[in-house]
Amino acid sequence: MGVWIMAGVTFREAARKKMLWMALAAGSAFLILFGTGLHFQAKDFAAHGMSPVLRREISFTMVTMGLYAVDLLAVLMTILTSIDTLSGEIASGTIQAIAAKPVPRWQVLLGKWFGFCGMLTAYIAIMVGGVNAVTYAMAGVTARHLARGLSLMWMESIVLLSVVFVFATYFSTLTTGVLTLGLHGLAFLGGWIEQFGAITQTPRAVNVGIIASVLMPSEALWRRAAFEMQSPLANSLRISPFSTLSVPSMAMVFYALLYLAIALAVAIRRFSQRDL
Amino acid sequence: MEMTRFSDLTIRTRGLRKVFGGKVAVRNLTLDVPRGEVFGFLGPNGAGKSTSVKMLLGLVLPTSGEAQILGCPVGDVKTRSRVGFLPEHFRFYDWLTPTELLKLHGRLYGMSHAKLRERVPVLLDLVGLTPHRDKSLRDFSKGMLQRIGLAQALLNEPDLIFLDEPTSGLDPVGRRLVRDIIKAQRERGATVLLNSHLLGEVEITCNSVAFIKDGEVVETRQLDDDIEDQITVSIRAPNVTAEIADGLSRWSRSVRTKCERLTLSVSSGAVVPEIVRYLVASGVDVYEVTPQRLSLEERFLEIVGTDGGL
Repeated sequence: MGVWIMAGVTFREAARKKMLWMALAAGSAFLILFGTGLHFQAKDFAAHGMSPVLRREISFTMVTMGLYAVDLLAVLMTILTSIDTLSGEIASGTIQAIAAKPVPRWQVLLGKWFGFCGMLTAYIAIMVGGVNAVTYAMAGVTARHLARGLSLMWMESIVLLSVVFVFATYFSTLTTGVLTLGLHGLAFLGGWIEQFGAITQTPRAVNVGIIASVLMPSEALWRRAAFEMQSPLANSLRISPFSTLSVPSMAMVFYALLYLAIALAVAIRRFSQRDL
Repeated sequence: MEMTRFSDLTIRTRGLRKVFGGKVAVRNLTLDVPRGEVFGFLGPNGAGKSTSVKMLLGLVLPTSGEAQILGCPVGDVKTRSRVGFLPEHFRFYDWLTPTELLKLHGRLYGMSHAKLRERVPVLLDLVGLTPHRDKSLRDFSKGMLQRIGLAQALLNEPDLIFLDEPTSGLDPVGRRLVRDIIKAQRERGATVLLNSHLLGEVEITCNSVAFIKDGEVVETRQLDDDIEDQITVSIRAPNVTAEIADGLSRWSRSVRTKCERLTLSVSSGAVVPEIVRYLVASGVDVYEVTPQRLSLEERFLEIVGTDGGL
């Protein structure tokens, strides 16, 4: 019961503090910009008589590009909105009146986690849906395996959310933000090293990337999502932000699930045992 | 002296200790708070009062020792449904209205929607916030926030209430309100543990107090009128013999003579005329009789020193 009370209040907080609405407003601005770009591109393609196959491939790339931007926004949204929820409430003492109630602490933490999950799910679904709706309206294409890609992008955010919760039970708000962004940055860099390693056929460089993904699987989930969503031709592009020359395996996806569960368990254990 | 029965105790601690890093916050807290008492917890800043309260509420885990509230070990989640708590610096979700805040905390207590519909307006009325029930808490003054904090501590009609500096930020009207609320809770049979720096408030409100210094209870004291050694009577009388002084022992266990002055501790101001009659009947010339109550503040300063324990 406590879980759902806390989930409800966390979700309502995001809505009432206008976080969710501002994020959606910024997202809408992005979709308008994206749609305008696509509109003029479609006009130019028609004027130059570009072949339908090439036009379709470019449109696919545009979808992936839009989703890449959404992924970046979702990562920032996840970290920026959630870093203060536990550490901030512990530091300010807000948590004291809550934790003194007849609700086990694990329910308080899990409730907050579910609240953010709900908000991020709505945000990612709306943004990914929006990009696909715009490209479908302008160019008649959508991402290839949209449901799979959407699930993987969602999972990336939830992994980051769980990591935020772990750090927030140990550190202050700012430190939590710096550590989570730093860890995601490490994974991002590792992803690029892995791609370069694949192009230059340097197995050790590929391994460095894999190790980075083991430390933080968020970026690997995006690369798997990109692989699922873009066309086979786009997948063979040599080097780009969406390049999937070294595709994270399904084993990595399952590892990310395990990583998420362990992070959440560590956060619950630490929060249940720490002084407030 | 009659021993307090175990089941009559609302709070019972034995050797409770908390160390943060290398710093001892609470050294050795041994405390018995009987059911139905308004118990003052006094001590200088950093004496370990708030940490002690947090340990009793399960917010801070003790390093060693044992503690029970309402007959259950601290940390027992179910027991908290019978406990109310106003933290020292009550913080909350300021985007809520007072009604929403009380409903949220009530739901966390496991109260039904029907019960909350009945209870929330009563509490808002009690703390004088009914006209502000739909305002956002971020627009509230410090005193109004303290009032809503007090209301959330009373939501579940608790058997044990921890009030940590409840009059902080309140004007005299608000302080009076807190006193009245505490009195009403006592009459209801609840036990109140009151942390306060305002000794005058404690003196008016509490049945008994514990002085805590360096994380230890150094003295507990009953504040009821009929407790011995509460009143010191100073008498200026030059011709008191040792025999006459001994005769005063029927009213006081502590009789001191110095030069022309007698000082004795008595249980009640009502015995002072009897003492005067006795002295006059014994042929003593009585020039001056001054009964004095040792105020809580004086006792506090005696115990903690004028540096406030810093």
